[in-house]
Amino acid sequence: MLSLRQREQWQAWVLLAPMLLVMMLLTAWPLLRTIWLSFTDAALIGSGEAPGWIGFENYLFAITDADFRSSLWRTLYFTVVSVAIEGVIGVLVALLLNQKFAGRNVLRVLVILPWALPTIVNAMMWRLNFNPDYGSINALLTQLGIIDGYRSWLGSPDSALNAVMFADIWKNYPLVTLLVLAALQSIPDDLFEAARLDGASAWRRFRAITFPAIVGPLSVALVLRTIDAFKIFDIIYVMTRGGPVDSTKTLSFYVYQESFSYLRAGSGAAYAMLMTLLCAVLITLYMLLLWRQRCKGSAYEG
Amino acid sequence: MKVKLRHVGKYAAALLVAFSVLAPMGWLFLMSVSAASDLTRVPLEWLPRQWDFTRYGKLLSLEPGQPGVLFLHALGNSLLVATGATIICLLLAIPAAFSFSRYRGRDGWLFASLAIYMVPPVAFVLPLYFLLQQFDLLNTRPGLIIVYCSLILPFLTWMLKNQFDTLPQDIEQAARLDGLRVWQVLLRITLPLAKPVLGAAALFGWLLAWDEFFYALLFTSNIAAQTLPVTIAGFTAGRATDDGLIAAVGILASVPPLFIAIWLQKTLVSGLASGGSKG
Repeated sequence: MLSLRQREQWQAWVLLAPMLLVMMLLTAWPLLRTIWLSFTDAALIGSGEAPGWIGFENYLFAITDADFRSSLWRTLYFTVVSVAIEGVIGVLVALLLNQKFAGRNVLRVLVILPWALPTIVNAMMWRLNFNPDYGSINALLTQLGIIDGYRSWLGSPDSALNAVMFADIWKNYPLVTLLVLAALQSIPDDLFEAARLDGASAWRRFRAITFPAIVGPLSVALVLRTIDAFKIFDIIYVMTRGGPVDSTKTLSFYVYQESFSYLRAGSGAAYAMLMTLLCAVLITLYMLLLWRQRCKGSAYEG
Repeated sequence: MKVKLRHVGKYAAALLVAFSVLAPMGWLFLMSVSAASDLTRVPLEWLPRQWDFTRYGKLLSLEPGQPGVLFLHALGNSLLVATGATIICLLLAIPAAFSFSRYRGRDGWLFASLAIYMVPPVAFVLPLYFLLQQFDLLNTRPGLIIVYCSLILPFLTWMLKNQFDTLPQDIEQAARLDGLRVWQVLLRITLPLAKPVLGAAALFGWLLAWDEFFYALLFTSNIAAQTLPVTIAGFTAGRATDDGLIAAVGILASVPPLFIAIWLQKTLVSGLASGGSKG
């Protein structure tokens, strides 16, 4: 006869087991398997032979690989710059949407649209907008007299990465806006009223009231965005395919090519693991943030 | 005077935001209804001289040789895969979330599953490829459904757990004292109370699958299982295709997510905070 406590424990595990089993099969096991692959010379389309163990060779090759290093820097540039801009625009738009004006509710819905647009459609849409022969961006900028003639934004190594970042920022700043706006709406109005009566300047009010209220959700949003930006793949695949001259080849794209274009599964796995280790730092940061927020019992977590 | 200036600034900023959101999407729509000659005219006249809706007709016809064959199959695959994966995940996530919410002491597992959800898919993709190959599931819809569970399941569990936490527990305790079993409590009391959010969470999960590209690109190879994102990417890569047609496909593929997002406005924020962003 089980005690009540033991029975409760048992119930809890029974309810949990199917989900945990599926997650183990689909994530934990593949992850371990990728680690194993990264120490072998496995090929994607094998000759039927078992892959041979080659120790750290893939890793040694990866860290001395100049191409890999430049794609790492490219990814960091992409991540840091686009997330920073998304943060600034996101907060500014949230502050705007928190003001009272006619049509505010319509604008609040509009801002959701870029986020809801499928990633691939977004990429394809900007590819068409940036089209060198008849794209709307060329047409608009020429007709406004800002540029002299049509340019190949995605076709030149100087501008391709920035054009992709532009598309990514357009789609993703609404995430920051939505999370920050929710926090702004939870600030009681009389707090601002009291500060204004006490003669606090607008900047002072922002520093003392607004900023403390949004800093939690803002950091959650920015870390989430950083993790996603670091993994960027879809938009690059559609807009530039890593080109021209590798100028938009990010880490995910690099690993994809190594494994599925050059069919080197072993070394592809090693690159993937290096990328995962870098990502793990960010994921840990996110988990700490969530944990802290939960301990505080913050209201916005729904 | 100062107040007036502030008002003008506010409306100017609001107009700028509205324009920046609507202009690129509006152009996509204009492309889809402009005749090819209007599209490529330099300088661009923006509004087509001739409105041309035939591309939508082509996409919605199953006549052989039409792009509609590709599109409609992809649409079917996307619907089936996203719906199938969401249903399976709901069945698994509801008891798991209930367990996390009502029995203390297993939070480590919850956070671990959320953490692994953020690991880049490149870390799983090779073993999953070999696994699907072994069971002959490459380029099949069931194969994709299985793989998508790894995306939707942790997300749904987290969202539902947070939701269950906010429900009052005294009714459940009373029901337990009256002799109901755990699963009876879950089915008859907790789920009906959580119903509104259950739907929202499921739609979020559905959107994740609808949007997924990386796995679909690598695990499918033709109309038997290719989803909409892969088909769209394929259209863009093709050399001789008409850009207006690609634009029309994009418009059609965006309709369901845009409606869902507008409809879910209210619950959107709590979902986003738990990682419902789409790379």
